[in-house]
Amino acid sequence: MGADAFGLMLGDPRLWSIVGLSLSISLSAVAVAALIGLPLGALLALTRFPGRNLAIVVLNALMGLPPVLVGLTIYLLLSRSGPLGAWGLLFTREAMIIAQAVLVTPIIAALTRQAVADLWEEYRDELTALHLGPMARAGALLWDARFRLVTAALAGFGRAAAEVGAVMIVGGNIDGFTRTMTTTIALETSKGDLPLAVALGLILMLVVLGVNGLVWVIARRGERNDGIIRSDPLRGA
Amino acid sequence: MRAPATDLPIRFDNVGFDIGGAPVLDQISFTLDGHGPTVLLGPNGAGKSTILRLAMSLAAPTRGRISWAARDAAQAERRAIVFQRPVMLRRSVAANLAFYLDRAQLNAPARAARIAQLLQQVGLADCARRPARQLSGGEQQRLALARALARDPEILFLDEPTASLDPAAAKSVEAILRDIAASGIKIVMATHDLGLARRLADDILFIARGRLVESAPARQFFEAPATEQGAQFLRGDLVL
Repeated sequence: MGADAFGLMLGDPRLWSIVGLSLSISLSAVAVAALIGLPLGALLALTRFPGRNLAIVVLNALMGLPPVLVGLTIYLLLSRSGPLGAWGLLFTREAMIIAQAVLVTPIIAALTRQAVADLWEEYRDELTALHLGPMARAGALLWDARFRLVTAALAGFGRAAAEVGAVMIVGGNIDGFTRTMTTTIALETSKGDLPLAVALGLILMLVVLGVNGLVWVIARRGERNDGIIRSDPLRGA
Repeated sequence: MRAPATDLPIRFDNVGFDIGGAPVLDQISFTLDGHGPTVLLGPNGAGKSTILRLAMSLAAPTRGRISWAARDAAQAERRAIVFQRPVMLRRSVAANLAFYLDRAQLNAPARAARIAQLLQQVGLADCARRPARQLSGGEQQRLALARALARDPEILFLDEPTASLDPAAAKSVEAILRDIAASGIKIVMATHDLGLARRLADDILFIARGRLVESAPARQFFEAPATEQGAQFLRGDLVL
């Protein structure tokens, strides 16, 4: 079975198409989640309003949101009789991206809030003395927290890539269209066709390992350099 | 020659400041004017840093009134402050300066030239690409001065600028402060370092236990302090 699995890994174009689809959906979901989660986290870190503490508790709790619950909720919203049924997104890649983005956004937002709040404690006097507006202040803090935020985004990617319940429900696991690594593993295992499942399992593990390796390298580089930007202001870049 | 400082004179009228109901400053009245360096002198915990923060509009007085060129509220566009332990942004030295220059709205070549000029001014021309947080304490203090100058201030507040530096680093910072003062920028510095105050100050505001005890030209204060508390401080005695 092991040899079959590796043979499939190298030769089956269907497998690589599944891998490609999985990665594109998860990366897109992380990008969407980052667009929402980074400003949301910074907002929660830097503003004071009634109910803020409750919002933080809820956000932290949402990091453990059950994927099947998210899948079910989005299914109900996107189904033909649901409030967003007219969009026609059910059983599409877009629906899978939405589902994964919903799962990942609280992770990125909560980790961003913590990172920005920590940095704000340190930078408060300097940035206050500059009398920056809230946007400029948040921008500066997000930029200087960038290594921690990359880690947050990769944590979100790990969650999205390993998730099966939500994408199964809203994507429908349609062969060649919405079938991802995790949904294929679940399907092939239930059918007793293990080589493809094992091959995908190995690739999924490699992806997770790669993600963790990337996090480690970025964090280490960040610690070593303690934050050097790539652009060079002396060259007017 | 620099244009006159638009926020001067800064006037404190019976200013008080409380933290948690406890007075940190009480009945402080003075006027900051002219271009010579003014030094807030006094022991630790006297309230010197709080005065700087109030003058910089980083806090509002609990009692009394502060005005900047007769205005009650003034955006600190022409004021800059260097804290005792300045925080270095997690960027290169040059990028730290670029951030502080952002509001100057210079085009890229002009900004690059200004960064190079500021680094030259504080003796950090060779450190432009180094991570700011890896600089030594003295270098970080000099970068903090360059960042403050990047805002083109008319008034520069300094909170114990040499307190945590070794003598060589303190000497280099002091030389930069002299140049800054000579350029026409009004320096207002809090320190408990008598030597630094003697060498730099034109005027002394002696603060103890949250009150302004004595205000005098520097020479007069050091040669013949008008108050017993001032004399005690100069002798190195405990100021009560």
